[in-house]
Amino acid sequence: MWNSSILTIITFFPLLGVLILLFVGKTKLNAVKTIAFLVSLLNFVISLYLYFNFSSDASAMQFSVRKVWIESLGISYQLGIDGISLFLILLTTFLTPLAIFSSWSAITEKVKGYYISMLLLETGMIGVFVSLDLFLFYVFWEAMLLPMYFLIGIWGGPRKIYATIKFVLFTMTGSLLMLVAILVLYFMNHSYTGTYSFDLLEINKLPIPLGAQFWLFAAFALAFAIKVPMFPFHTWLPDAHVEAPTAGSVILAGVLLKMGTYGFLRFCLPLFPNAFIDFVPLFSILAIIGIIYGALVSMRQEDVKSLVAFSSVSHLGFVMLGIFALNLQGIEGGILQMINHGISTGALFLIVGMIYERRHSRMIEDFGGLSKKIPIFAAFFMIVTLSSIGLPGTNGFVGEFLILLGTFKSNVIYAVFAATGMILAAVYMLWMYQRTMFGKITKPENENLKDLNTREKIILIPLILVIFWIGLYPKPFFVKMEPSVKSLIENAKTKYEENKLLGKSFYIDSNIPVAAGFSLRECSRAVRSSDQTAQAIR
Amino acid sequence: MDWLMPQINLELILPEIIITFFAILILILEPLLSKNKKNFLAHLSWIAILLAFVANLRLWNLMETSFSDMFIVDNFAIFFKFIFLAGSFLIILVSISYLKREEMVHGEYYSLILFSTLGMMLMASSFNLVIIFLGLEIMSISLYVLAGFKREDLRSNEASLKYFLMGAFATGFLLYGIVMIFGSVRSTNLEDIIKSIAYNNGNVDLLLWAGVGLLLVGFGFKIASVPFHMWVPDVYEGAPTPITAFISAGSKAAGFAALLRVFLFSFVTIKMDWTTVIWIMSALTMTTGNIVAIAQSNIKRMLAYSSIAHAGYVLVALVAGKEAGVSSAIFYLLAYTFMNIGAFTVVIALGRKDEDNINLDDYSGLGTRHPWLAIFMMLFMLSLAGFPPTAGFMAKFYVFSAAVKSGYIGLVIIGVLNSLVSVYYYLRIVVIMFMRSPVPEAEPISLPLGSALVLLISTWGVLQMGIFPQSLLTLAMLSVSSIF
Repeated sequence: MWNSSILTIITFFPLLGVLILLFVGKTKLNAVKTIAFLVSLLNFVISLYLYFNFSSDASAMQFSVRKVWIESLGISYQLGIDGISLFLILLTTFLTPLAIFSSWSAITEKVKGYYISMLLLETGMIGVFVSLDLFLFYVFWEAMLLPMYFLIGIWGGPRKIYATIKFVLFTMTGSLLMLVAILVLYFMNHSYTGTYSFDLLEINKLPIPLGAQFWLFAAFALAFAIKVPMFPFHTWLPDAHVEAPTAGSVILAGVLLKMGTYGFLRFCLPLFPNAFIDFVPLFSILAIIGIIYGALVSMRQEDVKSLVAFSSVSHLGFVMLGIFALNLQGIEGGILQMINHGISTGALFLIVGMIYERRHSRMIEDFGGLSKKIPIFAAFFMIVTLSSIGLPGTNGFVGEFLILLGTFKSNVIYAVFAATGMILAAVYMLWMYQRTMFGKITKPENENLKDLNTREKIILIPLILVIFWIGLYPKPFFVKMEPSVKSLIENAKTKYEENKLLGKSFYIDSNIPVAAGFSLRECSRAVRSSDQTAQAIR
Repeated sequence: MDWLMPQINLELILPEIIITFFAILILILEPLLSKNKKNFLAHLSWIAILLAFVANLRLWNLMETSFSDMFIVDNFAIFFKFIFLAGSFLIILVSISYLKREEMVHGEYYSLILFSTLGMMLMASSFNLVIIFLGLEIMSISLYVLAGFKREDLRSNEASLKYFLMGAFATGFLLYGIVMIFGSVRSTNLEDIIKSIAYNNGNVDLLLWAGVGLLLVGFGFKIASVPFHMWVPDVYEGAPTPITAFISAGSKAAGFAALLRVFLFSFVTIKMDWTTVIWIMSALTMTTGNIVAIAQSNIKRMLAYSSIAHAGYVLVALVAGKEAGVSSAIFYLLAYTFMNIGAFTVVIALGRKDEDNINLDDYSGLGTRHPWLAIFMMLFMLSLAGFPPTAGFMAKFYVFSAAVKSGYIGLVIIGVLNSLVSVYYYLRIVVIMFMRSPVPEAEPISLPLGSALVLLISTWGVLQMGIFPQSLLTLAMLSVSSIF
């Protein structure tokens, strides 16, 4: 009972907070903030239940629930998580209260609407990670755009409207084509099994001919590649990040980008393994271009926030490279790096936000020598910077090392090029750190800066703890994700071999007997033998 | 030759009788009532709609024809009548305060709305091309008058005249098409047409093809599809706003009722031949409507172009054909009625006397000035743009899934890219309302009871059809069986 409803509770608990907030007076700012914070914090506590009760032996979906939603179209309310989505959900519930807490003094206008948007966003994000019904997934995927659209558009910087519209239009371009692909899958599944269903686990079993796989993969991959964002679809990201309020950037970098990489693992690989493998060179090269290009552009940024934004392009390139290495190390490293990037980049955005609140500037040239005035801030900043670079002992090292290991196993050249990204990361991050924190104080405004207050320390300390936890003892993470990743790779391999026999057509041949009980292999064997007889007759 | 008394079942046309009776009653009462008691007529008219609604409800699942097979009552017709009745009910509620503000409280307004509803109901129920023509004329002539109801306003006069001239022209095409079909088939009964085509083994002579083409022109005008859409922006802008909403929701749905029935019932056997034309029309309609809407600065004109675009989406369902296509078209039109009338209600609430205050800039900072009104408007805009979880999303999803099912993936891709374009201009309203600083208001905005009720009903419709669409989907699916 508890096990089957826990995911529903975690997903919709923030909505409860929204309902409460609707009845709180607009002027009671403290009540609004406290309620939003407590609701998201409580949601994090509830979500810990998942971590402690997640069985690390099974590769199947856990905590699953399935209810009929729209019967006549075969749409169901179906949730479930495995080792891949578990940590992304925890990351979401972990970052949201921190993001809300960080907005305490930064947001002064339309406060109530802001916190309502944050909570709505949390529901949308968790919904994306838990839904196992393609329709439900799409609903969350689209619905989640709106709160983010408002967060950037209302509480953002000077070019907020441009940035927010660009964000929405870019994301929707991909996702609308994905909708078409979902519909095609839906009807393919119907012509194969005779039932209408959006159930991902059912559709996963569907053999898809290579010709169709190519186009379906392209549609899904475009949606996810825009979200990641992969080079050359990354242009919305710097705009959105620079204009978004701090908490918006944290969530955007921390969770939203992960939806793209998660989509590749959850949908593209299991559904279209053949197309996935065909696309490995293209996506790996794009990922490497992303890694190096993102790093080089970061180096030339004058605004710290846009530097961090471009570094995301580089980091996400690593994640993509790991996923497309298609082995245990690569994919596990990719998943871990998703979490690492959420933690480190989230923390970097928080730190940039804290300094921005003090100085109302993010330009590197406006700072210099700050470490003397605000030593605690500088210390936190240093740890997060090192974690972002991937220094051994911090989380970034474990993830990037695994990714490079996995890539090395599959393709040495890719690994060599990608490794330069780690060096470049050290260059742009440390150079930025040096220019802002060390040296002489050049601006008189920096003389009277105040160091971190208690609230800000409370926000940063959990992040620092996680940085060291993953850096020093990442085993609990791998134990939980390993069975899922293994079975993901195994299933993809089996399906790859099976689908190869289907040929390059676009439609499943209706002559192949597909009655229940027949395995696909038997079917294709039957077809081949009938081909041989036909040839013999000729 | 024997004279046969046509078999007449008055019970079948009870909803129509109720509407006619009240429409005439209102005309009779109008001169007898003093100026400040005219509101009574408005109440009379919505009561008429409710009564017709109940009468209509009793006919559900009753598959019968009457008047020598001229009139049919099937679930398809009944569902469409629900759409028309719901639409005119909402429009009447909005109109009460609107007429007062514009100082044109006249009883015949309500009478004309009832008459045009009657015309729509006839169109949905007709089983004979002549009855379709009759219904279309009753509806259109009432609408021509209503479009020019603001007698002292030049734009309203222009709208009325334009609508009348273009409409009369289109009706001429329709009538000529009916004549040609009669010439080829020797009957105007819808079933005779399909029998005649079957008798000739699907070989269709040129005369019938000409008839099909001319019918398409006539209906294309009513549903505002490209290239018969030129009247839409000017008429929508000039007509009194509630009438604009009425034309865009009701008259479009009525056009589709006739179009769907004639093309997917009578001409279904030659569907392969006319589908290409509709395919092209649909793609053009969606694209033109959406792209031109971007450039509009007047919200009524913007909604006019958006209404053209939505006709294109429903045409996708017509291209798809089959049960799924028709039921998705019906579902779409119902959803469109709710979200469109909802959006126009907000426009009316913010408008000022003499159609002022309807430029996009007038909405600046509405989210600060009137948060609730802005939230309602946002909901309708999101629904029109097709964001989940709203009716607009479910409806588009259903239409596109029907088209994918029939194999028209190319058209679906054009469709989704179009809804991407539409996201831009619908969200622009949201941007203006929530992300711009407020403009000072000349006079405070008050939300009359009628409009508030309409907003609540439309919101309910948009959310119900978006989140729990099962019951209405089932109804929509049940209502297409008689066509196939």
